[in-house]
Amino acid sequence: MSLTVTDLSCARGGVPVLEGVSFTLEPGQALELRGPNGSGKTTLLRTLAGLQSALDGGIEAPDGAIAYAGHADGLKATLSVAENLRFWAAIYGGGAIDAALAAFDLRGLEERPAGNLSAGQKRRLGLARLLVTGRAIWMLDEPVVSLDTASVALFAAALKTHLAGGGSAVIATHVDLDIGAGTLDVSAFRAAPAQGGAFDEAFL
Amino acid sequence: MSLWEYANPRRFMAVTDRWMPWVFGAAAFCLCTGLVWGFFFTPADFRQGESVKIIYLHVPAAMMAINAWAMMLVASLIWLIRRHHVSALAAKAAAPVGVTMTLIALATGAIWGQPIWGTWWVWDPRLTSFLILFLFYLGYIALWAAIEDPDTAADLTSVLCLVGSVFAILSRYAALFWNQGLHQGASLSMDAEENVSDVFYFPLLMSIAGFVLLFVALVLMRTRTEIRARRLYALSLRERMS
Amino acid sequence: MIALLLRDIRLAVRAGGGFGLALAFFLIVTTLVPFGVGPQNATLALIAPGILWLGALLACLLSLDRIFATDFEDGSLDLLATAPIPLEGVVAIKALAHWLTTGLPLTLVAPFLGVLLNLPGPGYYWITLTLAFGTPALSMIGAFGAALTVGLKRGGLLMSILVLPLYVPTLIFGAETVRRGTEGLATGTPLALLGGITLGAVALLPFAAAAALRVNLR
Repeated sequence: MSLTVTDLSCARGGVPVLEGVSFTLEPGQALELRGPNGSGKTTLLRTLAGLQSALDGGIEAPDGAIAYAGHADGLKATLSVAENLRFWAAIYGGGAIDAALAAFDLRGLEERPAGNLSAGQKRRLGLARLLVTGRAIWMLDEPVVSLDTASVALFAAALKTHLAGGGSAVIATHVDLDIGAGTLDVSAFRAAPAQGGAFDEAFL
Repeated sequence: MSLWEYANPRRFMAVTDRWMPWVFGAAAFCLCTGLVWGFFFTPADFRQGESVKIIYLHVPAAMMAINAWAMMLVASLIWLIRRHHVSALAAKAAAPVGVTMTLIALATGAIWGQPIWGTWWVWDPRLTSFLILFLFYLGYIALWAAIEDPDTAADLTSVLCLVGSVFAILSRYAALFWNQGLHQGASLSMDAEENVSDVFYFPLLMSIAGFVLLFVALVLMRTRTEIRARRLYALSLRERMS
Repeated sequence: MIALLLRDIRLAVRAGGGFGLALAFFLIVTTLVPFGVGPQNATLALIAPGILWLGALLACLLSLDRIFATDFEDGSLDLLATAPIPLEGVVAIKALAHWLTTGLPLTLVAPFLGVLLNLPGPGYYWITLTLAFGTPALSMIGAFGAALTVGLKRGGLLMSILVLPLYVPTLIFGAETVRRGTEGLATGTPLALLGGITLGAVALLPFAAAAALRVNLR
């Protein structure tokens, strides 16, 4: 379940933002993406998750190994916490949700509509979704935004368990999670404006 | 030399730059000849009188209204399959020309229908189909206008054009099924029985050639404008990046 | 897949989901027509099939934005696109959920609204039958329109402009079948064509809609 990225270029809105990104992620490893706002962390994660196609280069990962969690949690306000989680569990082939609820301290909130949760609780529910997917490689976009210190610790613990179980993760974050992850500064791969394979260049 | 070389915007601009005056000139010549010949040097129809002469505007405009959509369909397919930008932009450029042709066909049809049928509008299958085609054009243009990112817009409008073509044909036959009409048979067809006579035929061909050339000239001109607009967009993006 | 269907139905039925609004809209449109054209029963009987079809079509149209728009806003669509279900399947299931919560109820209430318009006797049978045959196509075509406009901030009006011309064949064959049925003419051909459009739409449009969604998500 390793992820190999070779010489990847990706674009946002038709403009190349990153080029020549290469790394390998073995099971048990985590990689933190660093870089200022707008440097292409989200674009890279969406490309890796398969939501947009790469301009160039290759992404090698086993089929059905990647789970993506973006800025938005994908929660339905009128469904309860348990219903939200059970839905995603069913989509990913069914599984118990108890462990996920426990890992993110959501016990006792099962019957609350997701719309009634606080921002931090919503985020925790969104992250708990990752556990029920049963997928090995997590793509996390700013996972600890709006989490308090205790919740960040919960998340770090869940992540460590995931890594210890042979999983891996690519995380775009500004908070040091202290999980012994490698870092990758994406600003080093910034695409040079004059060249690159973007279609729009044909018009210049 | 392959046809696809013109898919390069720069090459397209260079070549069409040389063609433009000739295409416009040929269009003007054919249109003037066809229309003057048709309007002043053909006899009046024995049943329809002088009003038949609107045929020299009506038939070519109606043909081009359909052909413009067909051209957009082909261009959309080329964009979806081969990702040539000029193709997507040509489809975008053809839509307003096509919608104008549809409008001309509808307007001249109404003006023709008034003396002949005694009414400006009937829900005849042909008229209905053209009205529906007009609506499809409007939707297509509106979708182009609504989306900011040019590649997204090109993709979505191409998909709409494909699906729209299928539904336009369906609507055509649905309208035919729904109401048998008053409209006379085709003015030009392989079936010689219902064809117009030679006196009308040659000036009509001339003005059809004029409309085709006019369409080509307008689409080329508009495509050139779109390419320039796209170049501006690319330049402003590059400005923002550096 | 079934989980997705159940979720969408549950969301539609829960508070704020908009279930029932389409029915209320259908009722109001049907009520307004006699105010517009006058209370003569003969006139109303003549136009009843068309009005019922048009009312059902508009009610269907107004509820289309809930197919993808809310999922797009809260990020669910991103997650569904990376989930193990193919996006074509997601589109088809969501259109089915839309039909079950909109098209099917509309079909069931149409005969009762027919009473208000003095629909002739055989018309009740035909209006129910044609709506049952035709509304799945309305949901599926609508899902395609919704997929095209999902990324736009105020896509509602644009979606109507895109979707309504696509509704033309369904409306023509549907209303024509009812008209012929009411007059006691043969209805086999238009009914078969109506069913054909529905089947064709269900078979092919999920691919077009999924392609549009992928473009909008990237």
